[in-house]
Amino acid sequence: MSSIIESIDIYFLLESLIKIAIVFVIGLLSPVGMNWVERRTLALIQNRLGPNRVGPFGLLQSLADGIKFAFKEDIIPLAANRWLYTLAPIVAVIPAFMVTIVYPFGPEIDLPFIGKTKFYVTNFNVGLLYVLAMTSLGVYGIILAGWGSNSKYSLLGGLRSSAQVISYELSLSLALVGAMLQAGSLDLVKIVESQSGWGGMQWHIFMFQPLGFIIYLISAIAETNRIPFDLPEAETELVGGFHTEYSSSLKFAMLFMAEYVNMLTVSVLATVIFLGGWNGPFVKEIPLLGLLYFFIKISFFMFLYIWLRGTLPRFRYDQLMNFGWKVLLPLALVNIVISAVIGLFVY
Amino acid sequence: MDQIALDIPKLMFLAFAGIAVVAAFNLILQRNPIYSALSLIVTLCVMAALFLMLSAPFIAVIQIVVYAGAIMVLFVFVIMLLNIREEESKVDRQKYLKWAAAPMFLALLAQVFAVIRYVDAQAPPIQSPNAPGVNPADSLGTVESIANAMFTTYVLPFEATSVLILMAIVGSQLLARREKKEDIERIEEALAVEQSEQELAHRTSEKSNEEVAA
Repeated sequence: MSSIIESIDIYFLLESLIKIAIVFVIGLLSPVGMNWVERRTLALIQNRLGPNRVGPFGLLQSLADGIKFAFKEDIIPLAANRWLYTLAPIVAVIPAFMVTIVYPFGPEIDLPFIGKTKFYVTNFNVGLLYVLAMTSLGVYGIILAGWGSNSKYSLLGGLRSSAQVISYELSLSLALVGAMLQAGSLDLVKIVESQSGWGGMQWHIFMFQPLGFIIYLISAIAETNRIPFDLPEAETELVGGFHTEYSSSLKFAMLFMAEYVNMLTVSVLATVIFLGGWNGPFVKEIPLLGLLYFFIKISFFMFLYIWLRGTLPRFRYDQLMNFGWKVLLPLALVNIVISAVIGLFVY
Repeated sequence: MDQIALDIPKLMFLAFAGIAVVAAFNLILQRNPIYSALSLIVTLCVMAALFLMLSAPFIAVIQIVVYAGAIMVLFVFVIMLLNIREEESKVDRQKYLKWAAAPMFLALLAQVFAVIRYVDAQAPPIQSPNAPGVNPADSLGTVESIANAMFTTYVLPFEATSVLILMAIVGSQLLARREKKEDIERIEEALAVEQSEQELAHRTSEKSNEEVAA
């Protein structure tokens, strides 16, 4: 213990704090930007305009919404369990932000004035498992919001959400095992570095994990409760699902933010595990390109979320369960076997 | 710096241990099962932090993934599904447990003291797995070292455990199926009875109709 503690020096501490602050701000701002992009893109898909009045192209719409959230009256329903009702958004948002410290944005880059800087807050031996652990804790926010509101719609939303997350978490984690086997590590940075061959194009999606990637992507959308798997908040059946009783106050904003940061996390994980993270052509020559590649890849996944929301109808509940347990889970297991066999002969 | 370096881990340990104990007490004292479940989740998370301080990151994360993230979600799910609000007072039936509690507590206390007194407290040398020149398989508590131990030295207990889990799965499946079969039989029986009653009623009504006709 003392050896670990003694090795901490004040510069490392300062650097980490600054990085955490930056990552935190990115986490806070991503829902704002994402929300604007989502509303404008959805409007495009649905042949309408979307928010375009507040600021140029409606860019400040999300900011206006945020201000509205902050100043609206905070109503707690009389029948609700006050304690859990208040706790739920906090429980949802904290694990969501805790994950942001392992996002590997880019490689170690020699910056002017600052010197060598790692473009991630930290990396540890069990980074991938840490991400999975935190996302699995995030579901409590939804469950507690559903139960604490003491309303039938919220309760049904919370129940559906927990059942769904338990089911799809399995295939989500199992889909990652194949890539883990190939990378030989659970450290996100090492996983990214293992994909740097072929001039930065030796991504796991090409190197024998296309099936794993598809399973992961589907499970990830279900895990974040997005269309076509948005049964916990299906508005045609459940009004608003688990957040029905949350009037547009800061509590709702927190639930909203947790959802978007979780989407970001899932996209980061997909990028890091399957699409080579910051790797791409010419990254070795110009390391700063890595940041751009990373951003492009994540934007692709975020756009995919919006695209799906604009195009696909919702699953029925029994279809959702059948699909998770009878299709995705066996496929994920098959993928592990295939990866293990390939690993035996290739690596 | 040296002084602070020595004190921080101790303070952190005290803080985490304190939270764990408070949450554990809360778990027992709460009447509402959902509060108890939440306290248990807090205890498990704090335990994970304690594992982390003992430089066992893998066990810490697995603690959260398996217990706090999967098993407790199931617990909370069941509590919500059955909508158990308050614990019904079953104190009368369990009164004798009160008398068993004291000796059990004393035995536990004795055990703790024995562990503190006799077990060698010398911790193995801890290396940060990310430090340069350290093979992750050699440093304690990493995925590599645990996997090595699990699939070489302890491969038999590990496989035995998986067989045990398989047995549990088969057993639960059997229980669920049997219940279902019984249910089906019961429903079929009930339907048959109903049908025969209906037939009886039909016949009698026919009879009465015939009588009326006659």
